[in-house]
Amino acid sequence: MSTCSVSKGCFVFKPDSKKRKISSAAEYFSKGNNDAEDSGLRFDTCQSLWKEIKCETEQIQEDLNKKLFHNLLDFLRKSHLDFKQKKTEWASRMKSNEIPTAAVVLGVNVTDHDLTFKRLTEVFQNDVTPFVVSLKSKECPGIKNLLQKLMIQLMGCPVDMDSSDEEESSKISPNRIRYSVTSLTKWYRNVTKKADTETPCKKRIFSSKHCESPPVVVIFKNIESFSSKVLQDFITISSHCIREFPLVLIFGIATSPMIIHKLLPHSVSSLLCIELFQSLSCKEHLSKVIDKLLLTSQFPFKLSEKVLQVLINIFLYHDFSVQNFIKGFQLSLLEHFYSQPLSVLCCEIYKAKKRVDSLSHNQCENIRRLSSFRRFVESEVSNKQTILLTDDEGLKETVYALLQDLHTYHENYFPVLRCLHAFTSSLPKYPLGKQIRELYCACLEKKVWETEEYESAIQLVRMMATDELVDILEKCVEILKSSPAAHLGNSLEKIEEYLSQLKHPEEINEDQETSISSLKELQKKTDLYHLQKTLLEMKESRRLKKLTKFEMLRFEIVDFVDSLVKNYLVPVEMQTLHEVMYFSAANTLRERLNAPPRVALHNALNNPYFYLKNESLKSEAGSISNTAPDICIAYKLHLECGRLINLVDWLEAFSTVVKAADNTDSSVKDRIDDITHARFIRAVSELELLGFIKPTKQKTDHVARLTWGSC
Amino acid sequence: MSNPKVKKKSILEVKFIGDEDVLKHISEDAGIKVRKNKVLNTLDIKKLVKKSANSSEDEDPVTFEEQGYVSNLGTDVQGSLGNGCSTGGGDVFPFQTPKRTNKMAEIASELAHQPERNAVQGKLMKPENEVRSKSKGQEEKSRRKVCISNTPYRLRKRITGLNMCSDSESDYSASCSEEEEEESCSKSADSTFHEAMPARRQTTSAHPSKETPAKKQKQNIPSDLVEEYFEAHSSSKVLTSDRTLQKIEKKKLDQESLQNILNKLPVAFAAEREALTKQYETFFCKWMLQLHLGFNILLYGLGSKRDLLENFRISLLRDSVHIVVNGFFPNVNVKSILNSITEEVLDDKSTFRSSQDQLDMVMKRFKEDPSLELYLLIHNLDSQMLRGDKSQQILGQLSSLPNVYLIASIDHINAPLMWDQAKQSMYNWLWYETTTYSPYIEETSYENSLLIQRSGSLALSSLTHVLHSLTPNARGIFRLLGECQLENKDNPSWPGLSFQELYQHCREAFLVNSDLSLRAQLTEFRDHKLIRTKRNADGVEYLLIPVDMGTLAEFLQKDTEV
Repeated sequence: MSTCSVSKGCFVFKPDSKKRKISSAAEYFSKGNNDAEDSGLRFDTCQSLWKEIKCETEQIQEDLNKKLFHNLLDFLRKSHLDFKQKKTEWASRMKSNEIPTAAVVLGVNVTDHDLTFKRLTEVFQNDVTPFVVSLKSKECPGIKNLLQKLMIQLMGCPVDMDSSDEEESSKISPNRIRYSVTSLTKWYRNVTKKADTETPCKKRIFSSKHCESPPVVVIFKNIESFSSKVLQDFITISSHCIREFPLVLIFGIATSPMIIHKLLPHSVSSLLCIELFQSLSCKEHLSKVIDKLLLTSQFPFKLSEKVLQVLINIFLYHDFSVQNFIKGFQLSLLEHFYSQPLSVLCCEIYKAKKRVDSLSHNQCENIRRLSSFRRFVESEVSNKQTILLTDDEGLKETVYALLQDLHTYHENYFPVLRCLHAFTSSLPKYPLGKQIRELYCACLEKKVWETEEYESAIQLVRMMATDELVDILEKCVEILKSSPAAHLGNSLEKIEEYLSQLKHPEEINEDQETSISSLKELQKKTDLYHLQKTLLEMKESRRLKKLTKFEMLRFEIVDFVDSLVKNYLVPVEMQTLHEVMYFSAANTLRERLNAPPRVALHNALNNPYFYLKNESLKSEAGSISNTAPDICIAYKLHLECGRLINLVDWLEAFSTVVKAADNTDSSVKDRIDDITHARFIRAVSELELLGFIKPTKQKTDHVARLTWGSC
Repeated sequence: MSNPKVKKKSILEVKFIGDEDVLKHISEDAGIKVRKNKVLNTLDIKKLVKKSANSSEDEDPVTFEEQGYVSNLGTDVQGSLGNGCSTGGGDVFPFQTPKRTNKMAEIASELAHQPERNAVQGKLMKPENEVRSKSKGQEEKSRRKVCISNTPYRLRKRITGLNMCSDSESDYSASCSEEEEEESCSKSADSTFHEAMPARRQTTSAHPSKETPAKKQKQNIPSDLVEEYFEAHSSSKVLTSDRTLQKIEKKKLDQESLQNILNKLPVAFAAEREALTKQYETFFCKWMLQLHLGFNILLYGLGSKRDLLENFRISLLRDSVHIVVNGFFPNVNVKSILNSITEEVLDDKSTFRSSQDQLDMVMKRFKEDPSLELYLLIHNLDSQMLRGDKSQQILGQLSSLPNVYLIASIDHINAPLMWDQAKQSMYNWLWYETTTYSPYIEETSYENSLLIQRSGSLALSSLTHVLHSLTPNARGIFRLLGECQLENKDNPSWPGLSFQELYQHCREAFLVNSDLSLRAQLTEFRDHKLIRTKRNADGVEYLLIPVDMGTLAEFLQKDTEV
């Protein structure tokens, strides 16, 4: 069945249910791969790793939100105390006219809010009230829609009533109910009354956790995009019956709390009793995610410097969305396992032995082709080399040993990195970056100790005061103690030793005595010559002044840190078999996530040779060959025009170019024949489709250019 | 700067080379710097020199950072497939000086000359016969002539006005277009005129060669861009030639004959395009994998991606439920997509009050039954009908379902502007560049291009079909209206036939007996979109038949024959 027709635009293809097959992702994983080696195992590893990572990120999210949720829960419980106690004093009555409102500032990445709100709804429903409604601005263009949405969601709330004694009112389909606040209050009274009057066993309607007259929570996601009229109406209406209908509003704010006052006039906002809550910033969230996913030896899969940089840049320059970061992480995981046949070895070390043993001959060849492995072979002695290159079994043993090395390398790497970060994060001007991710990128990129920034950082560390050093060393001790690395040798003891020395310095200081004595000498009466001499001597001695004990210790500490860095923070490219665990195709990743469609178009139009490798298309930069595709020629010509383009001129120019290309029938040279005309029409309508020009009525037979400049 | 010697030297240099060279020098040295600042207009030479000396120092960190960013995010060179273009943002989105009106013609002739060697290389060497060279010569001459009249003016300008930036603007003098006019009208006069002035031609032929480098340099200068942009766009005066397609006696082609001609044409670069397509076809399985893992695929790049997607569909989706949506089809909308999902995929015949309700229902069904799978192929997601915010919202929500797999293509340069952060995260796109260079045959076939004669055959047949089903009286009324419209075809200000007039005419022809029955008739016409009504300022209703005169005349003629 063809998919072009002049009468419809949608074509449904529905094969017989017998023939229909549900193919799994795993199938495509192996099918699309040229290196089908171990594809099943690779896909499983990939999926299980992704599952773990996803769990981890969700856990992080939850931990970060814990405090916020806790505060919100408190607020909710507190807010309707008055309502429950049915106080009648004037003050509380005045106060109870106000709708308790929580304004939650969540940061600019609106897309991440959904998850937060979802969790929040769950938390509320578990602990306080079954009646939680979340509204999106898109669903509520008017007050009517808002009430409708509200009621539909409320009535569908999981108030598990017994179906036997259900009232008629709940049977009425949601479309029939008249949407008004009155019917809302009536509904609420019904529900709660039933809960009150019915037998204790039925009281489980609101499970014991819920309070007796549970408040109705309405969440406005992204308050900025709601129309202010709808909000105003809703607030004014519902404030009238707040005493019968315990409403609590929650505003999700992406910008700043000021927006409430911009959206709502004073008369309306005075009906609200607003309390402000702040969630963690997305940057902190990101650092947490990076910390948990990358700066740990828990997950074997790692990102190379370039890839990490791409992901961080997308985050910082484009969206501030942690979700997108995680999506990028997922994609790189998938790409890695899909494109690297050896990724089968990218697993926990205890699984590696088995997998190495079951490697096929092809896979062994794959290993031998790895550039890092070749480097390793070259450094070996000659008879070992022959074993490695010819004997699969020998190779497997070595590979396993190398994998173990890599594992230890990671185990040592991260504690040392954190220690170094402890040193550099408090330096003035942050030569190695404030965040640990910057330091990590620097260390991944090249030998960090060879960089200028590192040099200056060490210089600054050499000037640190005692208390700063003590603080930092204490941090380091903590880091090293909590790390699983058993291979860091005696560095932990060493640091502890330094720490104790710093805390209890021996006070004997000989230098002071000498200087005092020389000062005394000065005070004696001498001639000018002697004075000069002693002054010079003093100057000399000051220059060669012996270092104090503290300074010596400080130097020692710095040297120690330096040696740690040089030993353990070797860039990963130097490690053999790093290709197995590190994903490095940053370009692919950027193309998938942050593609430049307009650049691609521009490029294709300007330089067709880049795509169509035909010699006749080769031309110097800036010009275009006249054999190029029609659309390229028309595009090139239109670049020379201003705001409007005369079609006749364009057509003539086009035909001049095209005619020069096919020097066929030269007698019709000066006339524009139908074929050229048709080609021109096609090129122009294609440019129109691409959005470079559009028809205009300003002048006959003209089109307007939609781009400006030479693009 | 601190060294007075250096300063003096550079000033000396300025004196010797032209001002544009200075500007060029500066723009090379401190490209970014200059772009940012707007002092250029003042042309304070000292200041500029100072800037160029300083800029290398104080701007360094900024440029470094920007470069770092570009190299990370922009497009740097890479493998054979990827857009290994070295074009960063700067190349694609610059503001440049507007060019002269007849620059296009010049470029055309330039292009026509320059790669002639290619053509000669590639094809048979043909002896250039007399006619050809002559006609070519004429063409050149006529173009030269434009140059001639142009050059002195430009030179004058150069001498009087030091200001570079306004220079290029001043090229937009009306004289240019007048000359063009002259040239086009007096082609015959031109050729005789030419014999008389070979000498002058020689002198001028030297001119352009001198001019071009200067011109090129000037284009490189990022001058006072923002202002220029607004200057060029603020004036309502348009400086292009007044030639129209009618004057060159070129009849408009209709869609069908256009298609015929194009079909006969040999396909350019068939082998290379084939190779490109082959390359993209290796992605198919990967696409399926990624679709299954929760991503959606988006294709971009020059050329129709319809065939590619069609191949994908045929090779991989044969045994699964899928919907193909031709976004370029003029009547497609979200409603029709949702309808085909509910009615044909889910076998649900119920009606919905709004597309949101319908979407909710679809989403519920898909969430309830995870075994349900649907592939959605949308050609041109950025088409006129689908690009609206609401449509994109609904499609985005649909695509966020884990068992709906969306694979779509976009073509418009500004297509990514359709999506904000929220929509993008719903779509969860993976972008694939698929530049195919295939002509957009299907995509443009529905379009009403300016250059295509609307044949009206469709409108005519629909007219006759509808009218055949009407009563003779109704046909008479329509005839009356049509004849009136034909009579007034030369009067562009004719608003249409007013209801009262029509009523009078109809009564006279015994077609209706009351204005109520006429109204009933008209309602029927309107329902079939045979007529259009317009109210003018006084509230009088005017009736019009919304087809062009040719079709109407043909119709009336046919009607009388019957």
